[in-house]
Amino acid sequence: MTDTPHVNHYGGDLFEGYPVDTANTAGDQAVTNYTINFGPQHPAAHGVLRLVLELDGEIIERVDPHVGLLHRGTEKLIEYKTYLQALPYFDRLDYCSPLGMEHSYVLAIEKLLDLEVPARAQYLRVMFAELTRICNHMLNIGSHVMDVGAMTPNLWVFELREDCLNFFERASGARMHSAYFRPGGVHQDVPEKLLVDIGEWVETRLPKLFGDAMSLVIDNRIFKQRNVDIATVSKEDALAWGFSGPMIRGSGIAWDLRKSQPYDAYAKMEFDIPVGTRGDCYDRFMVRVEEVYQSAKIIKQCLRDMPTGPIASLDRKVVPPKRGEMKQSMESLIHHFKLYTEGFHVPAGEVYVATESPKGEFGVYLVSDGTNKPYRCKIRPTAFSHLQAMDMMSKGHMLADTTAIIGAIDVVFGECDR
Amino acid sequence: MAHPAPLVAPQPSLAAELKKLIGADLLAHVFTVDEDSITVARDAVAGVMIALRDNLEYQQLMEIAGVDYPGRAERFEVVYHLLSVTKNHRLRVRVSTDEATPVPTIVPVWPNAGWLEREVFDMYGVLFAGNTDLRRILTDYGFQGHPQRKDFPLTGYTELRYSEEDKRVVYEPVKLAQDFRNFDFLSPWEGADYVLPGDEKAGGTGEAPGKGAPTPMTAKDVKASDDKAKASPPPTPKTTDSPTQTGAGAKVNKAASKTSRDGAKSKVATKEAKTPATTKAERAPAKPRAPRKPKGGDA
Repeated sequence: MTDTPHVNHYGGDLFEGYPVDTANTAGDQAVTNYTINFGPQHPAAHGVLRLVLELDGEIIERVDPHVGLLHRGTEKLIEYKTYLQALPYFDRLDYCSPLGMEHSYVLAIEKLLDLEVPARAQYLRVMFAELTRICNHMLNIGSHVMDVGAMTPNLWVFELREDCLNFFERASGARMHSAYFRPGGVHQDVPEKLLVDIGEWVETRLPKLFGDAMSLVIDNRIFKQRNVDIATVSKEDALAWGFSGPMIRGSGIAWDLRKSQPYDAYAKMEFDIPVGTRGDCYDRFMVRVEEVYQSAKIIKQCLRDMPTGPIASLDRKVVPPKRGEMKQSMESLIHHFKLYTEGFHVPAGEVYVATESPKGEFGVYLVSDGTNKPYRCKIRPTAFSHLQAMDMMSKGHMLADTTAIIGAIDVVFGECDR
Repeated sequence: MAHPAPLVAPQPSLAAELKKLIGADLLAHVFTVDEDSITVARDAVAGVMIALRDNLEYQQLMEIAGVDYPGRAERFEVVYHLLSVTKNHRLRVRVSTDEATPVPTIVPVWPNAGWLEREVFDMYGVLFAGNTDLRRILTDYGFQGHPQRKDFPLTGYTELRYSEEDKRVVYEPVKLAQDFRNFDFLSPWEGADYVLPGDEKAGGTGEAPGKGAPTPMTAKDVKASDDKAKASPPPTPKTTDSPTQTGAGAKVNKAASKTSRDGAKSKVATKEAKTPATTKAERAPAKPRAPRKPKGGDA
């Protein structure tokens, strides 16, 4: 560098009065690594993520993610609640795709109980799980493009996310924390008009607005420069690091639990699994974009094939009767009282049930001791394994790429920290 | 098809393959609720994992869960969940350990085991020999104890708040404004592990009868019992037309059949009224009320 002295605006020496190591000032060849904190309060950290980055200039040498800042002890709390009372905790894990979380939990209970679920309930669950996927991807796609510099698409896709949340509200009464999936089915039937509106939305508004928003992004030069060949993960690495969901599909492995281990009505659905070719951030992004269209396809099939009938199991030892029924019949009153105080008992045993949540494999390992409360409920978050690979993925990249990598992981800390 | 949970391809030859591959280190293999789980010797777990990954195509480690059973000699179970994307099958591998005995790490087999083992260590205090980065992961910096253990209270021991005086976050022992309410809704007739007050007089072992909750009835059972009830109509309800049909005994029948103008003076009623408690209460003089002090002083 130049030999100009450090001069400030006022013409004086910048380091006047301070001991200056003239042999090792900024710009010299010998730059030592330094460590910075990324987060926990950083808009691109998608929540409370603290990354301790070791940098060589602007090149990342080592990443140490510190998680757990949003740890609320959900698994411990669940051990003190009955099976039904524990359900709303799942909404609050991944608060961007609440119904995806509930899905694993209710399926785990149903598997232990060996409980049959009516067809209409299965279709409703699949339909709302796919709406959740769209809702989740809207948030992730929008914030990913905003992290790398684009503003407009985020505002547009948030319109669609708002539509999804309105549908949830009309079905369950709550925009986000729906608690709509229940052991044995869903909580209540949907109004006919809601199904009509969802069908209309999937046909017209979603493809148009989403297509418009994506046309600004996917061929955009700046967006590609920020994402293509960033954090390339090979197939072998994706398997070894326990990747799932769009992360493993971005690396070129066509693995989707909805196809390979179908649950609910997914076995009757026709859809394609998008895969990436290079395994970089751009591929993961494009996998999510295509998944939105595939979800729309599944929703249309649900609307077309959904039968009429009960929306929850008629087994009154598990599913409480409706309030109107309770006013008419003594038997229903007793069931209602028993199920909302003592709750139902689940036979002793253990299951691990994983579903394809929008972010990847979300598993619930449920250990029951035969009482009305879970003995142990271990939640397998998707983000835990993905975030752990941050070090592997971002080594050798620039500091500014961190935001693209985190955006492509699609991490939500409610779920990661539990 | 009964339950709608994920369908997994069955592996009928798995038991034989596992036996051949793992041999003496395979302690148990059970197949329940459509899921395979094996128990292996603790010290052999790393080798078993390599064998499972390389020979039986279990490419992915999805989860490591700890479970605490305080009643056992080796109270902790470490449960690994493996996934084969080629065979489309899941396998559960478990080892047991206690507070002091470390479990060999499997980080060299799957790099993502690092955080999962850290979590089990954080939550249960299980040690993993060979894991070079065994720090806490989910709990606070400087946290003490292992919160998922069954003997760790739900409320914890410390709480923190922002102190306006100190201008920083301060840690204090937990002070609950209201006691933690843990309602016991278990039916005392099925599964509760306490004796109802008064039941101890009946003798017996002190054990609650019918320990172990019954499994809930399936929809099929409910329907079957409904059909059965419909098939055999209930007998005509019992009616009592005269006092002699109450089944209360000759003496009471006599008293009951007496017509009386004043019910309180019938023989049975008088007898009941003369219980010692009542008479004592009658005899006890009413405590004289303290005279009210005039309010307002010299006003």
